[in-house]
Formats: sequence, structure tokens, C-alpha cells
Amino acid sequence: MWEKLLFFDRRIIFVFIAIAVWVPFLTQLELPPGQTNPRTQALYDAIENLPPRTPVMVAFDYGPSGMPEVHPMAKALTRHILSRNLRLLGVALALTGPPMCQDAFSSVSQDLDKQEGVDWVNLGYKPQPVAVITQIGEDIRRAFPEDAQERAIDELPVMAGIHNYDDIGLVIDLATGNTPGAWIVYAHGPYKVKVAAGVTGVMATDYYPFLQTGQMIGMLNGLKGAAEYEELINHRDLGTLGMGSQSVAHLLIILFVTLGNVGYFAFTRRR
Amino acid sequence: MPAAAATSSTIFGLSTEIIGIWVAALLTLAIYSFLYADNPVYKVAEHIFVGISAAYGAVILYYQALLPKLVKPLIIPLIDRVWHPELADATSPRYTLLVPMFLGLLIFSRFVPKYDWLSRWPIAFVMGLYAGLSIPRSVQEIILKQMHGTMLPLLPRGANGGYDFLTGFSNLLLVMGVICTLAYFYFSARHEGLLGRVSRVGVWFLMVAFGAGFGNTVMARISLLIGRVQFLLYDWLPTIGIHLGGPGMG
Repeated sequence: MWEKLLFFDRRIIFVFIAIAVWVPFLTQLELPPGQTNPRTQALYDAIENLPPRTPVMVAFDYGPSGMPEVHPMAKALTRHILSRNLRLLGVALALTGPPMCQDAFSSVSQDLDKQEGVDWVNLGYKPQPVAVITQIGEDIRRAFPEDAQERAIDELPVMAGIHNYDDIGLVIDLATGNTPGAWIVYAHGPYKVKVAAGVTGVMATDYYPFLQTGQMIGMLNGLKGAAEYEELINHRDLGTLGMGSQSVAHLLIILFVTLGNVGYFAFTRRR
Repeated sequence: MPAAAATSSTIFGLSTEIIGIWVAALLTLAIYSFLYADNPVYKVAEHIFVGISAAYGAVILYYQALLPKLVKPLIIPLIDRVWHPELADATSPRYTLLVPMFLGLLIFSRFVPKYDWLSRWPIAFVMGLYAGLSIPRSVQEIILKQMHGTMLPLLPRGANGGYDFLTGFSNLLLVMGVICTLAYFYFSARHEGLLGRVSRVGVWFLMVAFGAGFGNTVMARISLLIGRVQFLLYDWLPTIGIHLGGPGMG
């Protein structure tokens, strides 16, 4: 029997995982995150404490492959920043970032009656993250002379008085790659701008050391981080919606890991 | 190419938005067909993804990097100056951009075997630049700051002035973790005696870190599946008249 447990077809596991993910959606099972992680709360508090019209820069360093985890964060953060009447600057150090930025900003700003060019701007993509981050520290116009719609940024009211990191209250990097490290090293280090991040679950453990040293003020970790943030801003969306499936799938994986280990030890003991 | 919102035009009477959703749904199902076994449908979807990614990257790079950084400040003013000298208010070209343009063009020398050595120049320039930029910054922000972060009081005082034993234990655990893990990666002596025992504790710390990483990875992978399921349920199924509610990924 234990041998069967160790060597059964992996496709059976896929079927179980598919059921675990689909059924909570079909049954409308809602399991919002219980306790808010202090790192999520820290990011929320940092935004809450910024004075009105302070510019917040959000870097969209992800693409469609990272959307399920990071895009709910982007929408929740956009909603919070715009509802606090802060200015929102979107930049992209990943090729696939500009459409993510445009979707998050435009969909949320329609709800909140905020205007492109006045309350928010999508500055588009520029290659070479280190060069771009460093250039923003000197003059943002050198890195982004135009926005993603090819309008000179000097013509946009949202950019009035913004020259470099001294004028930016917070930088948030939403990433599926190693760009949070670049923002810490090249933006927070020399220019002392506050940096936070929203990252995929795979990356989260890499960035905890930077939270402990205070080089990052807060971090959203995967879909759970998005769901926690949605709870904080009291606007349940895709993050919270996915938590039912996430929780059921996790329980199933714990069960499989336990069964696999019991099977392994029983099998090796018998041999 | 402005990153504008999608326009809602039609092709053969069908909304391009609906066509887009169907293409995305069919490609999603094609990719997931790999879970059963490798098959031609999966291969087609994979190749479409690679091709479109490359083309998308080229277009975005041109419109959002080359056009504002090189074409508009240098190429267009140069053309104006040569072919339209009558334009009095023409912008003067930024001739300094000729240097990076020349260096960038040298990359293409790789296509000519006789001169492919020239492509090393721009690579050397980029490597030198990044080494100069990153080495001092990385040492400062990653190595020194992280070292500083491990120099913690083992008996810290709390807000009320008394000893905060819980934080002290947490700090002790962190310091022990760093020392024991570093000991595991010290290969200049045999892992015997005290060093052996300490490095074995380092292995336990590593296992805990790998476990945390694996747990987060499971969460991430399940999230990706959830994202696709949300798309199929809330974006695709409504196009065939099945409405389950929910906000949709768009």
C-alpha cells in the first residue's frame, strides 16, 4: 500500500489540485486572511502618513506571468494612493510593465474619478534598471523625458515640482525579478528615499533581510499580501477572492506532503 | 506606441476584446494540456509565446527607449538639417549621442565573423560601467548593512526600561543562525569537532530557510493557477453566457 503512495501517477495530484482550486470559486468560499502581516501594515501606514499630493513612485517590474500574484497588489495600492489624494507616478523597468501600469491606474482612477496627467501618470519603460534608477536620482527628466503616451512630462500637472528622489515620498517596486534589490542599492542607499516592495511568494524570503535592516519599510508577499492589503483598504478584490482556493490547495498539499513522508518512512523501514 | 487602453473595434462582427479573451483562453488550455503529456498543441502555444514575446520586446524597446533617447534627439534633427535646411526652428541634433549609437551598432558586428571582435567594445563598456557603479554600492548596501543588521544586543531593553527577553531570544537565534550557517560554508578545515557540530546546526538553519522558501514557492505556484482559473471563470465563461460573478483580471 505504501509503495503505491510513493509511486502513483503525478497526474492524479494535478486533478486533486485542480479540484481544490476550482471548487472554492464555484462554491463562493471566502476565506480572507486572518491576521495582517506587520510588513503589510508598515507599507499601509507609510502611505497613510504621507501628506496630500506627495508623489509616490510605483515601479511595475512584472508582466502577465506575474499578474495573478502582483496585479491585485498593484490595484489595491493604486486605490489606496489615489484615495489618499497622493500623486502617482508609474515607471517600468521590465518590458512588460507599461500595460500593467496602464491597466491598474486607469481602471482604479475611473472608480475614484482621478485624472491621467493630473493625479497619475504612466511614464513607461526604460531599459537598464541601474542606469534608470541612478538617473532618477539626478533628474527624472533625463530618465523619462516623456510619458508612455509620448507627452513631454513638463506639460503634465502631476509632474510639477518633481525633479528627483528628494521630491518623492515613497518608491514601491512591484516585481517578479531582482529589481527590489536594485532600488534598495541605487535609490535608498545613496538618495535615502523610502523603498517598499510587492513581490511574488518565491522571492519573498530573499527580501526579509532588507526589512530587518530597515532598508525596506514594508513588503507585500504574494497573493496573501494582496489580500491583506485589500482588507486594510476595505476593498475586497481579486486577492481576497483567491484566498479560498489558496487555503484549500495548501491544506491538500500539506496532506500530500504528510502522506508522502509517512509512506517513505514506512517503505524504507520495511526494506 | 502608446500604452493606451484597448480600443473596442470589431472583426467580422466580433468584438476584438471577445476574440482576445478566446485566444487567451484557448492558449491557456493548450499550455495546461502539458500536464497530461507533451503534445503538439502545447508546442504550438509555447512557440507562439516565444515569438510574440520577442516581437513585443523589440517594439517596446524601439518606442520607449530608442525613439525618445536616440531617434528624436539625434536622427530626426539630423535628417531635418540635411533634407530640410529651410526649417529655421529645427531642433539642433545632440551630437554626443553619436558615441553611444556607434557603440551600440558595434554589437551587430557579431554577424560578420571577420569583425565580430568589435562587439566586445560595447560589452566591455557596459561591464566596466556596471562594475564601477555596483561594486562600491553593493558592498555598502548589501554586505556592510547586512553585517550591521546581525550585530544585535542579546539582552536588549524594552520600552519600559526592563529587559526584553523575547527580542533577546530572537536576536540570539539570528546571530546563531548567521554564525552556524557561515561555519557550514567554511571549507578550509575539516568539519570535525566543534566546527563539525556548529556546521551541523548551520544545516538545520539552512533547512528551515529552504522550508520557508518552499512554502512561499507553493503559494506562488498555486497563485498562478488561481489567476488562470479566475480568468477562465470571470472573463472567458461570460462570453458563452455563463456568469459566475467576480471582478475579472482585466
